[in-house]
Amino acid sequence: MWLFLVTEIMFFGGMFATYLIYRLSYYNAWVAGSQTMEIQLGAINTAVLICSSLTMVMAVHFAKIGNRKLTSICLILTLLLGFAFLGIKGVEYHGHWVHHEVPGLNFDFEHHGNYSSGQVAIFFSLYFAMTGMHAVHMIIGAGLLTWLLIANWRGRFTPEYNTPVEMVGLYWHFVDLVWIYLFPLLYLISHHHNG
Amino acid sequence: MSEHAHPTVKTFVTVWAALLVLTALTVFVATLELGPFNAIVALTIATVKALLVLLFFMELRYSTALTKVAVTAAIFFFLLLVGLTLSDYLTRGWTSYINPFH
Repeated sequence: MWLFLVTEIMFFGGMFATYLIYRLSYYNAWVAGSQTMEIQLGAINTAVLICSSLTMVMAVHFAKIGNRKLTSICLILTLLLGFAFLGIKGVEYHGHWVHHEVPGLNFDFEHHGNYSSGQVAIFFSLYFAMTGMHAVHMIIGAGLLTWLLIANWRGRFTPEYNTPVEMVGLYWHFVDLVWIYLFPLLYLISHHHNG
Repeated sequence: MSEHAHPTVKTFVTVWAALLVLTALTVFVATLELGPFNAIVALTIATVKALLVLLFFMELRYSTALTKVAVTAAIFFFLLLVGLTLSDYLTRGWTSYINPFH
């Protein structure tokens, strides 16, 4: 599992590197794009993911001591928090759609300053690529959690055998880790700057 | 891995609380005008949060040396990716090459 996560670091790493290079190159456009982000929704989503990581870690803990009922409860809570995150992300995406900030589909960004709307389109393309790939990972995680729930309900996990719970836990925390960096990079660092 | 070197529920709750406090802190700092330090502070806080998740939630602190080496190598190669790419793009203006961004 760790080896898979190592490949995932490089997968997301490519997008992070692209994001940083373009931010340095098209700084003004990046500031303008970043300032359209809803920091409150982003912050709530960060807290939701952190809470889901806690419930996940508790699910692993209860699986290891053989408490099936509490394992199930923690897995369900993790799943619900995951859906809450995706729901809030959906609200944000809807906002971007309404404000014509979706490159390729309905992009129309009114710009005032020393940058072009095409540069802002690159910002939003990367925004959707990064948060979109993150959301895809969340959906896969939700699928894995459902699988764990069914297996746990059937009594597959014992204090001796609980590796699947532990592995899905690692995956879930990794997805949380990606968001820990996405949140400041996309929402926070340009908040107070002038484009 | 010996039993006594295992994280407790108390550890998890403490880490969770620390992560929430750091999130609130980074959002607060974003409202201040700090110039280039906005990015530096936000990324430093993010790195502290990432380390907390890695070491305690992902139990890297209690893992084998092999796992630690694998993760450290991954972080190293990611920094290499960013570092070497930036060393290219940031220094292009220093020569007579045409900078594609200007």
